[in-house]
Amino acid sequence: MKVLVYLAHPRPDRSEVNATLFRQASNAGHVTSVDLYATYPSMDIDIDAEQRRLVEHDVIVFQHPFYWYSCPALLKEWIDLVLEYGFAYGPQGQALKGKQVMHVISCGAARHAYTQEGYKGVTVPELLRPFKATWQLCQVEWLPPLVLFDAGRAEADGRLDEHCQDYRALLDLLHHTPLDAAQLSRHALFNDYLSDTPFDTSHETSSAASLASSPSFHSPRGRN
Amino acid sequence: MELLAAGFVYLAAAVIAVPLANRLGLGSVLGYLIAGVIIGPLLGVVGQEATEVQHFAEFGVVMMLFLVGLELQPSQLWAMRYQLAGLGGLQVVLSTVAIGGVAWCFGLAWQGALALGMILALSSTAIVLQTLHEKGLMTTHGGQSAFSVLLTQDIAVIPMLALMPLLAVTGASQGHEGSQAAHGDTEASTHGQLAHLFSTLPDWLQVVVILAVIGGIILAGRLLMRPLLRFIAQSGLREIFTAAALLLVIGIALLMSLVGLSPALGTFLAGVVLSDSEYRHELESDVEPFKGLLLGLFFITVGATIDVGLLMSEATAVVSIALGLLLLKGSILFALASLFGLRGANRWLFALGLAQAGEFAFVLFAFATSSGVLDDEITRIMTLAVALTMLMTPLLFILFEKVLAPRAQQSSTGESPKIDQRESIVVAGMGRFGQIVARLLTSRGHEVTILDHDPETIEHLARIGFRVYYGDATRPDLLESAGLPSASLLIAALDDRDKQTRLVEQVANRWPHVTVLARAHDRHHVYELEKAGAHHVERETFESALHLGGEALTVLGEHPFAARKATNRFRQHDLQSLDELRAAWAEEGVSGRYIDAMRAQHGMLAQVMQSDRKDDALSRSERGWTPPPDGDATQ
Repeated sequence: MKVLVYLAHPRPDRSEVNATLFRQASNAGHVTSVDLYATYPSMDIDIDAEQRRLVEHDVIVFQHPFYWYSCPALLKEWIDLVLEYGFAYGPQGQALKGKQVMHVISCGAARHAYTQEGYKGVTVPELLRPFKATWQLCQVEWLPPLVLFDAGRAEADGRLDEHCQDYRALLDLLHHTPLDAAQLSRHALFNDYLSDTPFDTSHETSSAASLASSPSFHSPRGRN
Repeated sequence: MELLAAGFVYLAAAVIAVPLANRLGLGSVLGYLIAGVIIGPLLGVVGQEATEVQHFAEFGVVMMLFLVGLELQPSQLWAMRYQLAGLGGLQVVLSTVAIGGVAWCFGLAWQGALALGMILALSSTAIVLQTLHEKGLMTTHGGQSAFSVLLTQDIAVIPMLALMPLLAVTGASQGHEGSQAAHGDTEASTHGQLAHLFSTLPDWLQVVVILAVIGGIILAGRLLMRPLLRFIAQSGLREIFTAAALLLVIGIALLMSLVGLSPALGTFLAGVVLSDSEYRHELESDVEPFKGLLLGLFFITVGATIDVGLLMSEATAVVSIALGLLLLKGSILFALASLFGLRGANRWLFALGLAQAGEFAFVLFAFATSSGVLDDEITRIMTLAVALTMLMTPLLFILFEKVLAPRAQQSSTGESPKIDQRESIVVAGMGRFGQIVARLLTSRGHEVTILDHDPETIEHLARIGFRVYYGDATRPDLLESAGLPSASLLIAALDDRDKQTRLVEQVANRWPHVTVLARAHDRHHVYELEKAGAHHVERETFESALHLGGEALTVLGEHPFAARKATNRFRQHDLQSLDELRAAWAEEGVSGRYIDAMRAQHGMLAQVMQSDRKDDALSRSERGWTPPPDGDATQ
């Protein structure tokens, strides 16, 4: 599986989390990583180039801070321009059919804030509904998001390293084995899926291999 | 009279009378005519030589037709063909018949009556075109129709000149001593003499030569003139370009006279051929002042040669002939105008404008007398009547403007397509800056007129398909012929810093309705151009330098978006300081105070630019995208 990671962060120099995570992605070798703000500093998106990129990959990861419960402006611009009628949707728009998409986001607030009872009163998946709807229209499979909560304190709390390793493992996983979107959809966040698997506790071993062999995961090949 | 003294008298009369007439709303033509009457019949300062001066000044008409031709593209001329043949042809024939008929009723032999009819059927190209141009009526339907009739009349002079001697052969039986006396008469004008030389050739050869000359003018204009003008332009000597323009006009006039064609017609043709060349506006501006002066001189001589003695003794006859002629021609023109779909104000403009007899009458009368078609007494009275109709024409125009046009305003429907459709954007200077602007504008479908003084640039751009004209854009006359008066936008992009300021100053003063966007060389030039009247000024190197600077920051390892943000911030600060230093510069230029202020601005800039260092936790200058302090996103 060919994995494409888009970073959408206007100030990577001020970012503790996303810059570090993106470095992981860029070093992963088998992953194509694109810094959107570096590629389009004046916001003039090359639609053709982006569409070509999408066609060439199987899994698309959007990595971004959860600015105002959404993505930074350039990513929205990217969505508005690149997901064209006739390309991504519409009767002739089948170019993205069957691909998978995942958002990897960082939130400032702690996880309990994003609950019915929490002070935000709404969950991250609920807030991501517009993205999910967008990708469903494009016949792209939606994978639950990987979220880093309380991102501002993640480094101080020593959670950032852990999260980085999860991210790296996720990228390996996406590269090596197709994920079953239907099965994953039982989990609200990819975080939950990880904590359900032995992979969560065995960072030292090759996480991809361990995850592939885990009982909750089914590869299409395995099912056939 | 001595040459200098004569020149002084003519010029003095013009300089005094014309501005006065203009101020009184009478127009320059009437001013010249009055000036002539004053120095001629009234004061008696000029006398006999006025007729000779007149022959010389007739050359103004030739130049005028060259200019008219320059403004007419061949396709436009072709589109006018029905008007030329129909309206113009009918006017000449009908007027000839009617005037000749009246003359015949008054007892003139049919040959003389016919000659008189032909001569008086012609109108005054000089007065009408000059007045139409001056009053801006050239582009109206009426003005356009008037122009096509004048053009036909000009062509009609050729068969008339050919017919005149034929009438004389049969008319000679009347036995006028004039026919013998006139044989060696210099009055017959150079035109006649040269035509005589040509007429010794056999008929078929004459036709061949005429066709060859016309073909030669077209071919030379198409193939030879452009490289030649380019070569001359490259020399950079403006007076030589002017000389070349005059040489061209005089040369063609001479050539046409040699083969017995109207010189005015020849130069008109040359003008049309050159009308789509890039040197059109420069030629126009070069010939224009000569044309203006010569025409003025011509009008003065018309006034000056009025024979007051004869006018007094034959007052009733002369005045009634003049009025009768105006009425007769006017009625025919009015009827034709109705027939050809002219309505309202346009119909009146057409009928009143062309009702007079023209300057060709003077030439043709002389020719007719010398060939014995008309006798001397008739010609003298008729010449006087013709002059009188010409004198009255400006008054008729005033009548049209003040009384008829306002009343007909409601009834006149939409104006027909204009003869001279001018673009509304002028780009002065097609160097590395102007080129980009012009390309952007044309790529969005805008029509631009481009002025440049480098023949090589022009050649190159013309090949790509731009409409470029040669000339020094700081010349008001060139700007005028390039269409500045009707333009809405000027892009001032001259390389030369001082010329650029002068250009902006001129345009802002003369045509305040034109929006001027100017390119400045540097910061101080911005202030200079603003002072000169530019509406918007952009430093030529500013944006591109910023762009390169941003690129440099990226190469040095900064994130591209951060580099972009930094250049944006720099731009903002620089423009702000530009505003803040304006007052200091305006007061005393680059003074000590100005330099101090500049230094302070520079220090502030460094502060602003470096405030977004990571250690500077929450600087106010850095807006947006900054995480909350200590990761506090409100728990």
